[in-house]
Amino acid sequence: MAAPAATQYGGPDIDAAGQQLFDELIAEDSRIEPRDWMPEAYRKSLTRQISQHAHSEIIGMQPEANWITRAPSLKRKAILMAKVQDEAGHGLYLYSAAETLGTPRDKMTEDLIAGKARYSSIFNYPVLTWADIGAIGWLVDGAAICNQVPLCRASYGPYGRAMVRICKEESFHQRQGFEILLELANGTQAQRDMAQDAINRWYAPSLMMFGPPDDDSPNSKQSMAWNIKRFSNDELRSRFVGMIAEQVKALGLTLPDPDVRFNEDTGKWEHGPLDWEEFKEVLAGRGPCNAQRMERRREAHEDGAWVREAAAAYADKQARRAAPATEAA
Amino acid sequence: MTGGSTTGDDGSTAPAPGPAEKRQPWPLWEVFVRSSRGLSHVHAGSLHAPDADMALRNARDLYTRRNEGVSLWVVPSSAIITSDPSAKEQFFESPQGKDYRHATYYTKSEGVKHL
Amino acid sequence: MSEANASATRITPGNALRPEDIAASHAVPSPEAAEYALWLGDDSLILAQRLGWWISRAPELEEDVALANIALDLIGHARSFLTYAGHASGRTEDDLAYFRREPEFRSAHLFEQPNGDFARTIARQFVVSHYQWELYSRLQHSTHPTLAGIAAKAVKEVDYHRDHSLQWVLRLAQGTEESRRRMTAGLKLTWPYVEELFADEPLIDALGGAAVRPSSLREPFDAAVAAVLAEADLEVPAVPGATGGGRRGVHSEHLGYILAELQVLAREHPGASW
Repeated sequence: MAAPAATQYGGPDIDAAGQQLFDELIAEDSRIEPRDWMPEAYRKSLTRQISQHAHSEIIGMQPEANWITRAPSLKRKAILMAKVQDEAGHGLYLYSAAETLGTPRDKMTEDLIAGKARYSSIFNYPVLTWADIGAIGWLVDGAAICNQVPLCRASYGPYGRAMVRICKEESFHQRQGFEILLELANGTQAQRDMAQDAINRWYAPSLMMFGPPDDDSPNSKQSMAWNIKRFSNDELRSRFVGMIAEQVKALGLTLPDPDVRFNEDTGKWEHGPLDWEEFKEVLAGRGPCNAQRMERRREAHEDGAWVREAAAAYADKQARRAAPATEAA
Repeated sequence: MTGGSTTGDDGSTAPAPGPAEKRQPWPLWEVFVRSSRGLSHVHAGSLHAPDADMALRNARDLYTRRNEGVSLWVVPSSAIITSDPSAKEQFFESPQGKDYRHATYYTKSEGVKHL
Repeated sequence: MSEANASATRITPGNALRPEDIAASHAVPSPEAAEYALWLGDDSLILAQRLGWWISRAPELEEDVALANIALDLIGHARSFLTYAGHASGRTEDDLAYFRREPEFRSAHLFEQPNGDFARTIARQFVVSHYQWELYSRLQHSTHPTLAGIAAKAVKEVDYHRDHSLQWVLRLAQGTEESRRRMTAGLKLTWPYVEELFADEPLIDALGGAAVRPSSLREPFDAAVAAVLAEADLEVPAVPGATGGGRRGVHSEHLGYILAELQVLAREHPGASW
């Protein structure tokens, strides 16, 4: 929907009434919709989260798109194209949701290419082999789905609705990734090695996609109070480890972590220590591919400027041409 | 170009692109999809397009990739008029207390068939 | 299974066929029909490979999605034609796509042309989609059930490609000065490769009513294209035709690079399954 007219709610009385209704809606686990009054911090936090999510989809297209031209069978080529295309679609659904909070997509794109906005740091790792395409589908999309399914119930209506559509479409992404690995695992020795190597490299980064440990996650608490986030980082991570620990057996391969185990006492899955220093480095833009991804996004946007402008100019001309006719009629 | 692809590297006649765009960005459109005959068009989401013709085509590409639709509407977002959420009470609370509009209000005739 | 048997089961004239249907049918083409299927399959495969590059680089995100849709349709057509062609020699679509050498490909030069800027890609799409629409709208009535079936599916998709490209030709031609200059340049770079599409080869005589005679498409193609260009206030470029030769395995310099990228991984692991 169109940007909300946030400014119409001025004055302390209206703010107080708005806050009260907002609190009630959150308390009864109802949904906030675009034109509702909402605390500025809620609007800001959501805009940041949804746009970051959208940027991740768009930047995330690149490492996989790099393999479209080299996909080793025509069926895999078609599947990969469809998957990368879905990611563009998901980015668009999310930008739409973020736009309802009042920030136009253009502004979000500008922030991204100016390096002011973040995207998921997972896409700053290089995608070196075909098996990486499998590992990304299985582990990276798998982790993303774990994160996203609870977001379908996020308190902000447009975000939740975008996530429902995305989760529905993403179910094939994880499966196709797992199938790539399954084919490799049942293939030649070289293919098996390729698959194991990919799992070794993507395992820890995919676990770190859930964000820092709970005691070191400053935004999580507020996000949970607002019913945007439903489970803590560690909770989701543990759930994910449990799933992939089982799934890897079907591949006949292993996770590169001897400490993965189910803790009978806590009822939770545990994993070995993760290198959070590396995570912070990559997050800070020092991942090996950061500059490359940003440059490509910037280039595509700038190279496309004349096309966008031409279409807008054409629309203007058509509208002007149509206008006198309408008046006459 | 980055990425080292060999399939898009040559033949470009592109000079250096201009700095910022001079024109307004493409406007926002709301998309409504009819999933099958007999059902209403339902709001699916939004997109950007330079004009109505392209908006329809973009909607087809974006919102019906999995056989989701048999018909599409696109509407400029700016053309949608929304009721004021802060006027919820005046707008939407009047029907409360008018239970006699619902069949369940009439209990005495219970047990009478086909009523 | 013979062609007759196949047509008794799933392949009937006018029935739109997908790659899976062709693979399941085991219908075996004559050597001539297989060669013709290679023409059409290679055209679509090479163009899909070109268009795949745009995904994540298009002028706007909505256009990433649109170009990907077109590339996906083309991959589908290529898979159908190559699967069918392969039945003549016991090869799969992937054997043909990944393990043939350059002179064994039958794509016309137009499909191999570089993407260039968006206008050049649109110019190539404009020609290809109008050519393919004229071709498939006739091939769907071919006396040959499998070729007709593949064309029956493809013609609807290519109709949309035609619309996509002409919408952009109109916008780029009449948008800004810069876009008009680029559209004009794109058409000029594309036009030398138009002629080859309509050249008759001896193969066509051998196929009779099973194939569509390329030269018979020239007139309707010219009329359709001229109508759009007139609306866009553009001239049909007056440039000499290139030599062509793709149907005989003589290609442009571009194809070697395209195949190097397309085939590199599959060839590193011959015999592997993916």
